[in-house]
This record gives sequence, C-alpha cells and structure tokens, in this order.
Amino acid sequence: MSGRVIVVTSGKGGVGKTTVVANLGAGLALLNRKTVLIDADIGLRNLDVVMGLENRIVFDLVDVVEKNCRLRQALIKDKRFGGLYLLPAAQTREKDAVTPEQMARICDELKEEFDYVLVDSPAGIEQGFKNAVAGASEAIIVTTPEVSAVRDADRIIGLLQAADFHDPLLILNRLRPEMIRRGDMMDVDDINDILAIKLLGIIPDDENIIISTNKGEPVILNEHSRAGEAFRNITRRLEGEEVPLMSMDFDLGIFERLRRLWNRGNKG
Amino acid sequence: MVFKKSIRETPPASKKQAVDRLRLVVVHDRSKIAPGLMEILKGEIINAISRYVEIDEEEMEIELNSTKNRVELVANMPIRSVRRV
Repeated sequence: MSGRVIVVTSGKGGVGKTTVVANLGAGLALLNRKTVLIDADIGLRNLDVVMGLENRIVFDLVDVVEKNCRLRQALIKDKRFGGLYLLPAAQTREKDAVTPEQMARICDELKEEFDYVLVDSPAGIEQGFKNAVAGASEAIIVTTPEVSAVRDADRIIGLLQAADFHDPLLILNRLRPEMIRRGDMMDVDDINDILAIKLLGIIPDDENIIISTNKGEPVILNEHSRAGEAFRNITRRLEGEEVPLMSMDFDLGIFERLRRLWNRGNKG
Repeated sequence: MVFKKSIRETPPASKKQAVDRLRLVVVHDRSKIAPGLMEILKGEIINAISRYVEIDEEEMEIELNSTKNRVELVANMPIRSVRRV
C-alpha cells in the first residue's frame, strides 16, 4: 500500500494551516482512513495544542531523525479517533535539525502504513518549507481573502509548480459572507481568477474555531458549526466525492433581517 | 427613505481596490523583474528614445500593467521636442 502524502502550506503565517491539518486529519479518520499528521514547524510547534495532544508528547520528529527512538515510538495516537496519529515537531531545536532528504525518508516510511500523511508546513519559503514539501507529492494551499495572504499564496504556487507539484489545491479560509455581500471582501471568484488553481473548498469565518482550539477539539466534530461543515465537505472531496461548494448566504440577508425586525416590532 | 439613502454618501466598497492592487502586485511578483532591474530598463529606454526626441523625464512613467490575461510594459513619455536628425 502507498498512501497520499499531502503538504499543507501557505507562505503567509496565521491563515489557518494548522487548523486545516488538524481538522482534515480528524475528518479523514472519521471516514476510516488511517491518517498521520506531521508537524514540520520545528521550533514553533502548534499542531499538538490545536489537537489537544500536547501532554502526551514523549519523542518528536528530531528524535526520529537522530535515531533516539523508532518512528513508531514518536507517533501519538489520538484516542478520540480510530487511526489518527501525530508526529510532533521538536520545540527546542532549529529548522536545520532536519534535512529535506530525512523528511522525505520519514514520509516514505509512513505512507507504506497510512492512507494519508498530512504535513503541516511552517510559514515562509525557507528551510522549513523545503523540508515540509520534500516528502509530499500533493499540495494544499491555504489562504484568506486578504491581499497579503493571496499574494503569498501566488508565490508558493509558483515555487510548488517549479518543484513539480502540478495540481496544487486551494482552500479559501475565513470568508465573511456579510462583508462579501457589501463589497468589502474578495469573494471566491476574485481569488480564483488570480490564483487559477483548483479549489478544494471554502471555509467561513467561524467563532467556533477559536472555541474548539481553546478546548483542543477539532471543530469538524461540531455539528452546528459552519466551519465544521466546510471541513466535512473538504474531507469528502479529498476522498474523490463531488460535493457542491457551501453557500455563503447562510447568515441572514438584509431583507430577512428587516423582515424579522418588522415582525418583532409588530408583536412588541 | 429611498431618497435619504441615495443622498447619503457611501464610501466605495474596498474589494475592488483589493483586487486591483493584488493583480498588480502578483504580476510584478510573477514577472520577476526586481525594482533595481526596472530602473536599469527605464534608463536604457530613456537613452534610446532621447536620441530621437527630447522627453520630459520628470513626467514620464514606465510600469508593468496587467490586463485580463497578459502583462504589459506601459511607457508614458511626454515629448518636449523632436530632434532634427
């Protein structure tokens, strides 16, 4: 068996890469896909806290590379899901503690056993990014509808294409429907026009993400969260299913709001 | 009500600015022309043109522009006078 190794990257920091990795991992595990998540952000590890596994780390990526432990021993099993594992980054080391070749070897070994290997890339385009992409054959780019984030995404797409990633996929995160409607935020089409890569999904801005991250639980488990629904859709698309893009008109339109105000006024 | 709304000044929505700025910055990034290189290019164009016409260097503009699907080098050079060759 040979699984898919997918790097999740963005160029710009703070656009939601780690949240995407944690939720896609949980989503794939819920679909009974054996999945391992690699935190490639050495020195600034975060995937462990987003997943709520920070207290269970014994060994990390650098320990595996330096042969302080076997790869198996460094994998943390997420007990809430069958078949979800985390390979944490080292927190007290530098990016150059791992080389792209070593990273590629780890990915190769993991893909023999797992259906999915998702690599959480650090921000930037230097060593950490090069490590993160080294073992991957597919890429997901996360961006938000802001000039700086889309610009960086465009740079990353160029770098990925130069490195033979032919069909990177795009996730557009933190859309705010109300701002889009009043013309103060770029919409899916605007960004598609510029980046011109295949869209894997859109995720609305959702307070539930912060709440779930506070608790260390993936938002994909929250049935009432729009972001959770978006992640469930994206996971199914990764599995090859055709799922329509979610509507960005789920929050109330102005007429609906006026109507409600009117009704309330009449009653009160 | 309708009247009031139409008379109130609403600021133009900012999305258009975002898209326009983004297009331009992405074009620059993709074309890989560094700012320094652009200055050299500008200098050489001025030299070449100046052999035939006198241009207003203060007022001239050279920039990369993006249309829907291509990048253009657009030069705008006010001519002061034509040299007799």
